[in-house]
Amino acid sequence: MTDSLPSALAIEAHGLTRRFGSLTAVDRLDLAVSTGTIHGFLGPNGSGKTTTLRMFCGLLRPSAGTASVLGMDIAHKAEAIRRRIGYMTQRFSLYEDLTVLENLQFVGEVQGVPARKRREKIDELLATYRLKDRCGQRVGTLSGGEKQRLALAAALIHEPDLLFLDEPTSAVDPQNRRDFWENLFDICDRGTTILVSTHYMDEAERCHSLSILDYGQLVGSGPPREQIARLGNRVVEVETDTPREAQTALHRAAGVLSVAQLGTQLHVLVAEDAAAPVELVTRAMRDANLIGRVHPARPGLEDVFVAVTVARCKAQHKEAA
Amino acid sequence: MNSLRRFFAIVRKEFRQLVRDRLTFGMIVGIPIIQLTIFGYAINTDVRHLRAAVSDDSRTDLSRELIAMVRETQVVDIIGHASGPRQLEQWIKEGRISVGIVIPYDYARRLERGEDRPAQLLVDGSDPIVGQAAVQVAGLRIPGTKALATSRATDTDERFHAAAVAATAATQQFPINPVTAFEIRLDYNPERISAVSIVPGLLGVILTMTMVLMTAVAIVRERERGTLEMLITTPVKTVELMVGKIVPYIGVGLVQMSLILFLGHLMFGVPVRGSLLHLYLAGLAFITANLTMGLLNSTFAQNQFQAMQMTFFFFLPSILLSGFMFPFDGMPVPAQWIGELLPLTHFNRMSRGILLRGATLSEIGRDLWPLAAFFCVMMTVVLLRFRKRLD
Repeated sequence: MTDSLPSALAIEAHGLTRRFGSLTAVDRLDLAVSTGTIHGFLGPNGSGKTTTLRMFCGLLRPSAGTASVLGMDIAHKAEAIRRRIGYMTQRFSLYEDLTVLENLQFVGEVQGVPARKRREKIDELLATYRLKDRCGQRVGTLSGGEKQRLALAAALIHEPDLLFLDEPTSAVDPQNRRDFWENLFDICDRGTTILVSTHYMDEAERCHSLSILDYGQLVGSGPPREQIARLGNRVVEVETDTPREAQTALHRAAGVLSVAQLGTQLHVLVAEDAAAPVELVTRAMRDANLIGRVHPARPGLEDVFVAVTVARCKAQHKEAA
Repeated sequence: MNSLRRFFAIVRKEFRQLVRDRLTFGMIVGIPIIQLTIFGYAINTDVRHLRAAVSDDSRTDLSRELIAMVRETQVVDIIGHASGPRQLEQWIKEGRISVGIVIPYDYARRLERGEDRPAQLLVDGSDPIVGQAAVQVAGLRIPGTKALATSRATDTDERFHAAAVAATAATQQFPINPVTAFEIRLDYNPERISAVSIVPGLLGVILTMTMVLMTAVAIVRERERGTLEMLITTPVKTVELMVGKIVPYIGVGLVQMSLILFLGHLMFGVPVRGSLLHLYLAGLAFITANLTMGLLNSTFAQNQFQAMQMTFFFFLPSILLSGFMFPFDGMPVPAQWIGELLPLTHFNRMSRGILLRGATLSEIGRDLWPLAAFFCVMMTVVLLRFRKRLD
């Protein structure tokens, strides 16, 4: 299916900026999302993920920059865009005092789905998202996972070309998260482009491509694997009997960006300009009179995230100094 | 076609939520019942049983006769005897009594000499109603003598003197003989008459309160619960949303109106002298005007509490300047201008006219078009102000 679609961009943004008073929530963001892919927004709370999604949905106007969604300019074609997108808000936004069926009917009607089509689509969605036996139940009494599936179903009822999901899994358990991602791949397989924001590394890693946001700025982009590969040999692991002392010592060592403890092991990320990471860490251990086994390790997405955010922090410190 | 479908979807949804929201439903039924009961039974313009004390320095048959006369009016209950005017003033200050009766030691001599106002009333002027009631006592006459007492406000706050002064003025301006004094009290008395004249006004007051709040909350609640964010990301148009929010509450308003008329008739025998159809037409215009006011309110309020506050901002002038509480013609001209802008003013005129005077819409139709104008202006402002955005 995906192959038959034109390889155009579903979303394109240039210098997209949004300020709230003196706060710059989104700062000169450039973005390109290919049609038919799942694109992730990874970033901590307050990094500008929701603001960016809201700008794409036409809920907020950009302070500067341009963006087009499905080939339409967000500044002028907000209504036309709304007809072709689905948006699952961060906070559950269906009516808790209506039943599952009533909510789906309402959203279907408001989205302008014709009656017969609506009935078919609702049946299909209820089956797909295992909500059939919850049909007549008030939404307020559903579990977190059920609410999330219902919200997804409601966002899909008019068969949008583009789906925005704002931290869709923040209120569900790991099993439900896995199932949810399976659903997302099914949706994507049918040709819908998905833009999903998250602060979970494992979810971010599943995306076809990923933008890492920090303080409103784009600090990393590309397919997760490529971003990880770019770290090369910058991650080493240290096995030691005195992990706490070693951590303190390594923190102080020049060229070490971050140290995280995993049981008895230390996961160490070194700076980009360090020539030989294993030697650097070994020397730092020796200088602190600590014994440990140092060996290269496979970097993960978390290392990518730490590398870009810490690098940014250090750059800022330098600027301030 | 799509537009109608979206509109009906909102109406249906709103109606379902309304039926399931027990609190709101309770408010729709509860407010008319409570208000009617309070205004009909509890609020009594016929002031009686004010607490009073006497300082009788005269201690003669004449002074005792006076006290007995005052007691017989039932306007005051004499609950104690003070040792002098000072103590009476102290008691009024402490709020133990509202009226103090001072009979000077030379009361009998003053009476003999035919002196004007041989005794004195001390009145707590901080309550205007009490001040007015003092008129009744101050106006008492002993046959064959002139006015009996002069009343004096003891409240130190200048602002509250007005009522008591007015009371004195009233006795001076309208010297009344004993027979007519009796009649005034009878006029005040029958509770049923005041309820009959209050209910037509109360109809509009209750509708103002509930209708403005209903639509304001209907939008703000969606904002608070986050459902508005979902809603404005759909192709729904502002006008579909706004009109869809109004329609179910028009039904609510009409139900409320019927309930008030029914209860008013049942409890106080409020008549419907004119055409019910005309009354409902007037009601429809009035309800819609208020619902639109609620929508405007919701474009400012961020949460339900603010919506309540803003409703109050509108409600208070409505009650005070519409002629419900005070006669419209007696208000200063600028206040009348403001009054003319309020839907309640026009509805009050129509409801009183139709219910009590048996007027037809063609006779009082000039109050209908201001309501229509109010609706149009408010709706335009709402449509201009409401944005399908979050900024």
